[in-house]
Amino acid sequence: MWLKLGQRLVSLTIVMFLVATMVFFLTRLAPGDPAALMLGDQATAEDIAQLRQVYGLDKPILIQFVLWLKEVASGNLGHSIFLQRPVIQAIAERAEPTFFLALFSVAIAALVGIPAGIVSAVWRGRLVDQIVSGLAMLAANIPSFWLGLIFIQLFAVRLGWFPVAGYGEPGAPFVERLTHLALPATVLGIVNSALIVRFTRASLLDVLSDDYVRTARSKGLSEARVVLRHAFGNALVPIVTVVALTAALLVGGAIVTETVFGLPGIGNLVVSAVLRRDYPVIQGALMVVAAVYVLINLLTDIIYTFADPRVRY
Amino acid sequence: MMGNQHLLAIKDLEVRFRTEDGEVTPVRGVTLSVGAGETVALVGESGSGKSVTSLATMGLLPRPAGRVSGGQILFHRRSGEITDLVTLPLPELRKLRGSEIAMIFQEPMTSLNPVMTVGEQIAESVRLHMGLGHGAALRRAEEMLGLVEIPNARHRIHEYPHQMSGGMRQRVMIALAMSCNPSLLIADEPTTALDVTIQAQILALIGRLQRDLGMGVLFITHNLGVVAEIADRVTVMYAGQVVETGSVREIFRAPRHPYTSALLNCLPARARHREDGRRVVQSIPGSVEFGKEGCSFAPRCTLAADICRTGAVTLDDETERSVRCLRWREILA
Repeated sequence: MWLKLGQRLVSLTIVMFLVATMVFFLTRLAPGDPAALMLGDQATAEDIAQLRQVYGLDKPILIQFVLWLKEVASGNLGHSIFLQRPVIQAIAERAEPTFFLALFSVAIAALVGIPAGIVSAVWRGRLVDQIVSGLAMLAANIPSFWLGLIFIQLFAVRLGWFPVAGYGEPGAPFVERLTHLALPATVLGIVNSALIVRFTRASLLDVLSDDYVRTARSKGLSEARVVLRHAFGNALVPIVTVVALTAALLVGGAIVTETVFGLPGIGNLVVSAVLRRDYPVIQGALMVVAAVYVLINLLTDIIYTFADPRVRY
Repeated sequence: MMGNQHLLAIKDLEVRFRTEDGEVTPVRGVTLSVGAGETVALVGESGSGKSVTSLATMGLLPRPAGRVSGGQILFHRRSGEITDLVTLPLPELRKLRGSEIAMIFQEPMTSLNPVMTVGEQIAESVRLHMGLGHGAALRRAEEMLGLVEIPNARHRIHEYPHQMSGGMRQRVMIALAMSCNPSLLIADEPTTALDVTIQAQILALIGRLQRDLGMGVLFITHNLGVVAEIADRVTVMYAGQVVETGSVREIFRAPRHPYTSALLNCLPARARHREDGRRVVQSIPGSVEFGKEGCSFAPRCTLAADICRTGAVTLDDETERSVRCLRWREILA
C-alpha cells in the first residue's frame, strides 16, 4: 500500500513537471508582450525594455523556464505582472467561488444524475426511461451560457429569488455569498448531470443481468434492496469515475458560466490573465488547477478500493 | 405418492419467452413432484428446459421476456397451506424465497456478490427471514460456514468471494441457501463448473445436509453419474417436455423411453459393454418446434416409426412411473 502510494507520488511529480513544461512554453507561443501591453501605446522602446528587465523577460527563454521551475519547486508561483501581488494570493482570492461552485455543481449533478440513471435502468424501455433519457440528451446539448441567461431572466430578474450576478460584497456574510452560487451551480449541475445519468444507467444495466443479482433475488430480498445494495454496489466504479471527472473539470473553472454570472473565480482570472499576457498568473493558475486535477484522480483511485474490494494498490 | 403430501408438485407447467424471432415455449406441460426429504433429479441436455423449470419455480424467470403461461406450481408451506407459486403475489413469494425454498446456482464464480463479504451475504438473508439482529446474523453465518465444512469460519466470514476458490464459493452458496432451514432446495447444476474431486465433495455435502435437515431437493443436472449417486427419483426432460419419470433404480435398470436409453448409453461404464464402444445421441437437439405433430424426439430416435412422426404423444402415466412414448411397450418387448 505505502510502496504503491510512493510510486504514485513519483509519477505525480513527473506529471506535474510535464504540465509545467507545457504550460510555460504554450503560454509563450502566443504573440504579444506583457510589458508593451501594460505600458500602453504611448510607451517608448526604452520603457518597455526596462520593464522587461524588471520581470526577467529579457533573458533567454530556457533560462526563464529554469528560473521559474526552481521557484515553482520551492512553492513560489511568482508575482503577477498586472495585479501587483503574488500569484498565489491572486489565486487564493479567486479560489472560493470556483471551489464552492464546483462542489455544489457536482453535488447537484450527482444527486440528480445518479437517481435518474437508476430509475432509467430499472424501468428500461418504459416511458419513464424514455423521458429520463430524453431529458439527459437535452441537458447534454444545452449550452450552459444560454441556460444561464434563461435562469437569470426567470429566477433573478422576474421572480427576484436570487441575485442576478456577482459574488456579493467582499465583506458579505458567507451565506449571502452562497446565494450567489445557487443559479450558476444549478445550471452547471443540470448540464453535467447528463453524462452521470448515462453512465449510471449503462453501468447498472450491465450488472442487473449478473448472476449475483439473481442470487440476491433468490434470497427473497425486496427489489429496492436488490437494485440499490447488490446491483448499484457493483456499478459504482464507473459512476465514481464520471463524477470525479466532472469535479475535476469544474475545478478548472467553468469559464463560460463564471462569465455569464459575473463570478470572480479561477476561470475568470485565467481569461483576463491570458488577455493581458500575465504569464506568471496564467502559469500559476494552470499549475494549481493541474495539481488539483491530479489529486482528484488520486482520491478517485483511493475511493475505488472502498467501492470494490478487488481493487488493491 | 400423488396428492397433498408432496412438498412441491409442478403440474402442466408451460413457460413462454418472447424473443426477437417471436414467442418460444421452452417448457410445455411439465409435471413433476418432490416429496419431503426426497431428492429428485431433473435430467436433460442443454436447452431441454430444466433450468427454466427451476427458475419458474422460484419466480425468477428473466423479465419481462419470460412468463409462466400455464399450469400450477403447488408448494406445501410450513404453515400446512398449499400455495400455487404461479399465482402467488410477488411480495408473498419473496417471503418464501430464501426461507422455505432456496436455490443454488451453477456458477459459483459469479453467483456471489463480489463487493460484499460472504458473511454479510449470508447474514443479510438470515436477518430478513429469521429476524435476527446484525451480530446474531453474523454468528449464524459463521455457524453455516462451519456446517459446510469451511475451515476457520470465524475469519472467513469477513472475506470477499474473490479471495476464495470455486469449490469454497459453492460451499458458501450452499451455506447461504441452507441458512434459513429451507424445506425445499433447488440445485441447478451445482457441480457442473467444479472439477471432479470438488464435485464429489459438494455432492457428499448436499447429501449429508439433506439427510440431516430433511429437505426435499430438486437437483438439476445433465450428468447421469451424479444422478445415480444422489437421487431417489428421476425426471427426464427433452425439448421442454417430461419424457420419463421413475425411481432411480427403474430408470437405470429398465429405461422405457428411447431418449433415456440413449442418455444411459453415453455413460462410460455402460458403453464398455457395447460392441460399438461409446454411443452418443445422434445429431444435435432440434430447436423447440412447438405445436408440431408427433414425438419431439422422433427426428433423432433410432427406433422411430411413422406413427411417431404423426400421432399425438401423451405422457403414459402410471403411479410413480410415466413415459412419453407411443411405442415403449413394443420396444421393450
